[in-house]
Amino acid sequence: MYLYSLTLQRATGAVCAVIGSFSGRDSKKSAASGSGSGSTQEIAVARGSTLDLLRPDPETGRLRTLLSVDVFGAIRSLAQFRLTGANKDYLVVGSDSGRLVILEYSPDRNRLDKVHQETFGKSGCRRIVPGQLLAVDPKGRALCIAALEKQKLVYVLNRDAAARLTISSPLEAHKSNTLTFALAALDCGFDNPVFAAIELEYAESDRDPTGQAANQAQKLLTFYELDLGLNHVSRKVSEPIDNGANLLVTVPGGGDGPSGVLVCCDNFVLYRNQGHPEIRAVIPRRADLPAERGVLIVAAATHKQKSMFFFLLQTEYGDIFKVDLDHNGDTVSELRIKYFDTIPVTSAVCVLRSGFLFAASEFGNHALYQFRDIGRDADVESSSATLMETEEGFQPVFFQPRALKNLMRIDEIESLMPVMDMRVANLFDEETPQLFTACGRGPRSTLRILRPGLAISEMARSMLPAEPIAVWTVKKNINDMFDAYIVVSFTNVTLVLSIGETIEEVSDSQFLDTTHSLAVTLLGEDSLMQVHPNGIRHIREDGRVNEWRTPGKKTITKVGSNRLQVVIALSGGELIYFEMDMTGQLMEVEKQDMSGDVACLAIAPVPEGRQRSRFLAVGSYDNTIRILSLDPDDCLQPLSVQSVSSAPESLLFLEVQASIGGEDGADYPANLFLNAGLQNGVLFRTNVDMVTGQLSDTRSRFLGLRPPKLFPCVVSHRQAMLCLSSRPWLGYIHQGHFLLTPLSCDTLESASSFSSDQCSEGVVAVAGDALRIFTIERLGETFNETAIPLRYTPRKFVILPKKKYIAVIESDKGAFSAEEREAAKKECLEASGAAENGNANNGDPMENGDGQEDGAEEGNTFPDEQYGYPKAESERWVSCIRILDPRSRDTTCLLELQENEAAVSICTVNFHDKEHGTLLAVGTAKGLQFWPRRTLAGGFIHIYKFVDEGRSLELLHKTQVEEVPLALCQFQGRLLAGVGSVLRLYDLGKRKLLRKCENKLFPRTIVSIHTYRDRIYVGDMQESFHYCKYRRDENQLYIFADDSVPRWLTAAQHIDFDTMAGADKFGNIYFARLPQDISDEIEEDPTGGKIKWEQGKLNGAPNKVEEIVQFHVGDVVTCLQKASLIPGGGECLIYGTVMGSVGALLAFTSREDVDFFSHLEMHLRQEHPPLCGRDHMAYRSAYFPVKDVIDGDLCEQYPSLPADMQRKIADELDRTPGEILKKLEDIRNKII
Amino acid sequence: MQASDRFNINSQLEHLQAKYVGTGHADLSRFEWAVNIQRDSYASYIGHYPMLAYFAIAENESIGRERYNFMQKMLLPCGLPPERDED
Repeated sequence: MYLYSLTLQRATGAVCAVIGSFSGRDSKKSAASGSGSGSTQEIAVARGSTLDLLRPDPETGRLRTLLSVDVFGAIRSLAQFRLTGANKDYLVVGSDSGRLVILEYSPDRNRLDKVHQETFGKSGCRRIVPGQLLAVDPKGRALCIAALEKQKLVYVLNRDAAARLTISSPLEAHKSNTLTFALAALDCGFDNPVFAAIELEYAESDRDPTGQAANQAQKLLTFYELDLGLNHVSRKVSEPIDNGANLLVTVPGGGDGPSGVLVCCDNFVLYRNQGHPEIRAVIPRRADLPAERGVLIVAAATHKQKSMFFFLLQTEYGDIFKVDLDHNGDTVSELRIKYFDTIPVTSAVCVLRSGFLFAASEFGNHALYQFRDIGRDADVESSSATLMETEEGFQPVFFQPRALKNLMRIDEIESLMPVMDMRVANLFDEETPQLFTACGRGPRSTLRILRPGLAISEMARSMLPAEPIAVWTVKKNINDMFDAYIVVSFTNVTLVLSIGETIEEVSDSQFLDTTHSLAVTLLGEDSLMQVHPNGIRHIREDGRVNEWRTPGKKTITKVGSNRLQVVIALSGGELIYFEMDMTGQLMEVEKQDMSGDVACLAIAPVPEGRQRSRFLAVGSYDNTIRILSLDPDDCLQPLSVQSVSSAPESLLFLEVQASIGGEDGADYPANLFLNAGLQNGVLFRTNVDMVTGQLSDTRSRFLGLRPPKLFPCVVSHRQAMLCLSSRPWLGYIHQGHFLLTPLSCDTLESASSFSSDQCSEGVVAVAGDALRIFTIERLGETFNETAIPLRYTPRKFVILPKKKYIAVIESDKGAFSAEEREAAKKECLEASGAAENGNANNGDPMENGDGQEDGAEEGNTFPDEQYGYPKAESERWVSCIRILDPRSRDTTCLLELQENEAAVSICTVNFHDKEHGTLLAVGTAKGLQFWPRRTLAGGFIHIYKFVDEGRSLELLHKTQVEEVPLALCQFQGRLLAGVGSVLRLYDLGKRKLLRKCENKLFPRTIVSIHTYRDRIYVGDMQESFHYCKYRRDENQLYIFADDSVPRWLTAAQHIDFDTMAGADKFGNIYFARLPQDISDEIEEDPTGGKIKWEQGKLNGAPNKVEEIVQFHVGDVVTCLQKASLIPGGGECLIYGTVMGSVGALLAFTSREDVDFFSHLEMHLRQEHPPLCGRDHMAYRSAYFPVKDVIDGDLCEQYPSLPADMQRKIADELDRTPGEILKKLEDIRNKII
Repeated sequence: MQASDRFNINSQLEHLQAKYVGTGHADLSRFEWAVNIQRDSYASYIGHYPMLAYFAIAENESIGRERYNFMQKMLLPCGLPPERDED
């Protein structure tokens, strides 16, 4: 079996983020004010193995993704630097490649270029190979890259005569047996660069059995100085520091500040510098925090202006503090920590000069905030000056989180991180199935419904008196910014609406309104044309109307036009061609009789600087499309013919104007495409030679059950195409690729682009008797999502087959239950007397989430999504079982589990006595502890009965088991449960479940059970799959085959009778298959291989499965499912990961394709090595050698190669680049 | 030191032990081996962010706290070393 792996949704979580002026472009505003540092800022975000470049748009306040590159490696740290005097930042990447990579963004070509790649060690995330920690001198003279232990390398950065960046060979600053917690570069102006590190030496503790050395182990703050003159790094000072230190933040220096570092420790923030006394301030604590918990800073950002600077530090609970330093020259006298605001916990925060704050959330959606203030008002504050030391240590300061005061959320970027469980199903009876993903953690948990396609946001919808058949928008003048009229045609009338502040009907537009229209366009500079069945009405700018009438009884059936040319087809198949002359008159030029009726017409747009376009496309009912010439010397003479599979219904020329660079950067050669919607629902797309009119490079794609109707529109200032089949599709160009993506809305009848004051790039469409105006959002995304909030971290869910409801189990460790939270909240509100407007969040237990998003709302509400749940003792668990109706998004039943129970597994089961019908089995663990070792007070299996037509649950009974029941599955009218390391078969009893049979021979803990016929496929937490059989006559469960490789299973899926797909904790996906001969033998053996089983083999099963597929995804895969995402498409294996990505593995159906793609992959590996220096093959083989999987993500980088490279690879494969692109497109279309 | 000494197995081993932390030797104790494995594991968990997130979800802590905890555990990953027999 060969598989093609393709990431459908790239990772959406964030590992780290830095801000810099990577494009080096000046923003217009600052260019005017003339400040030197006014270039636009971009945010580089590492998302595991992808690197994204985002740019906030200061006008719309939205974040736009400029670039997203798959680097095939794990990015662990990012840093940005700038050489003195330059206006552009470089990006330094620390990854698992054992290499230091410096990247430069080239805005013209919209790509990241590798400037330097320095190898220093082995690849992989190892203890002593640098890559985890990174610090760059603020003046861009040196950088230090460090490992968690021992190694630190310092590189000197400089520039050569041609102002290119140069990098020295590394200088070592190693220290054995020393752990490094954090690293920062000091800002010391133009003195020698200094790096500071928090270090801890362990050699003594390892040798001392009394534990004294370990108790005395002291963290040190070490300063390393790089002597630029001697080219040597020395360990300058090493001073003891608070043992809770975990993070360093550079303090501005060299004239702007006192230099030195902020040391963030558990509960404290210290200011330290060489030869400066320690300044210590305590971090304020949330009032409801249990006493044994510390407060740790997890993210930090510095904001620096000419006159001042401050720091924003975020704690692990989400509270942001503003840190100010009082300093006089280099002497710091006071450190103040003031409560700023609370936002969800982040992995990185970035403050932009334009007054935005980007918060890369560690779980859940990221957000962009705008500063309303910088915390100048009085607030809870702790200062080094008022630090109180008592016998119990330093006296903490308490505060109560409040609504946002200084920040205002203006944009949100969706993040699926972490995907906890996923199902693909078509619960809404739509054309394509939906992906149901349980995402997020704690109060920010959601159930998200992903649909392939782009989201639309509807701006207006109005009802019309009848069902319209077509809609157009026209400008009055070619130079106008916005459209003037919307013209709607009904079967026998035409309605004209004018666009202004509001949209209203007008009658002075000169359009003929007593008949239906075939086309309405702007002609020439400023005249309008209406084509109706009996003629052409040409409305001049001064109000004169010229009317051309059809000869005799003939009527116009089809029209094609562009700005200067019009072609009409009369009934009977006569073509008449008009052109606009110099005086603005529409003149008849040529006539031509076609052999039969014309099915559709289109004229290519007038090329820039030309009088006319040369191409007319005519579709006929004899399944052909003809290209006719419109040149005066061979007018209406055929140039080329293309036969198609079905009669064409609609034609559209799409012109790609030649451009290099530009906003999205990619190069576009001038190109003309002819698109045809065929009656069998296929969109046919072909390239038109700009000179000869020959058609080449044809592609076709099935869009839907109705013949696609094609309409031009505009997307990000480029020509795009709407294809309206049984659902609408958008064909557009994004980051250099042509994409054809479905829109998430119902069937549309007709559409046109729409541009007005309120909406610069919209679409107006008619569907049924409604006129709709909408915009298309989040271009380039594969999925659009609808989120349903949940209460706790979702663990698993099942779809209830009949009613199509969803049952979710949610649980959280170390949190209070809903009632306790409510009580605490009330108490707290009463205590602070803040029931001012009384809108305390009266948590109805049936509501979906607690509190809605109202971050900016006034008053003292505490939406938990924003503030997180208050922390309880770590041994407490809260959990609930929820029944959800995905259509109405209502929770119909929510059972909160009591007494420290946490739900861990769920399944539906039909017991064979059929008394109760379908039941829901939920496995729970009571008092589960992971640390110091896994303990629990007891496990239970709850059996619930559905009441109220499946909307609600009623507990039937509860059976205690001795271990955690992590896996449940129905099997032959009974319930199979994996209880710890025991596989047990239960039957339903009156008061509890009855044990029928068990097998205790599993090595660790059973985490998954799948069944097929009489086989049972059991996944073990550490030991991969075990294939079992159940013999009913002897009532015996036995293992007949297992895997020889240890696998820490995180997800499993049954593929076929002999094959299982699994994913392990280290980010690998593999397929295990029982060899055919063994499988046959077992099936034929009357004892079912039992005799052999009794003999056993080295404590394992007598037969071994073979791992036939290996692939390293590079991310913890949490769910696998076999499904097809497109109607009629082949099934593929869909997976979701912790970092919030969704991918698919598709099995190849022909040997030819396997050969082609494996060769393409091989060439790309050679010619286009990954950006961050990791070898592609080594990355995909990080734990097990990659086997029989072709990396589609690498193959899809082919179109981004330079043209000559593309040609070279194509030559080696004996194909043309066009054919390769087509292959890539085809295989993607098979998946989604 | 003679030139040939540089290439004998012992000096090569010493070189490896100096260069790569955790290279074993004939007298490696069970405790030392375990400590090494644990430190390598923690370093790997910290290096692989998705794994860190996976742990953070299980423990319901923030990823930053989880990273800090793992770093702290690298000091004495297997508890105190056993008493050594002095012979």
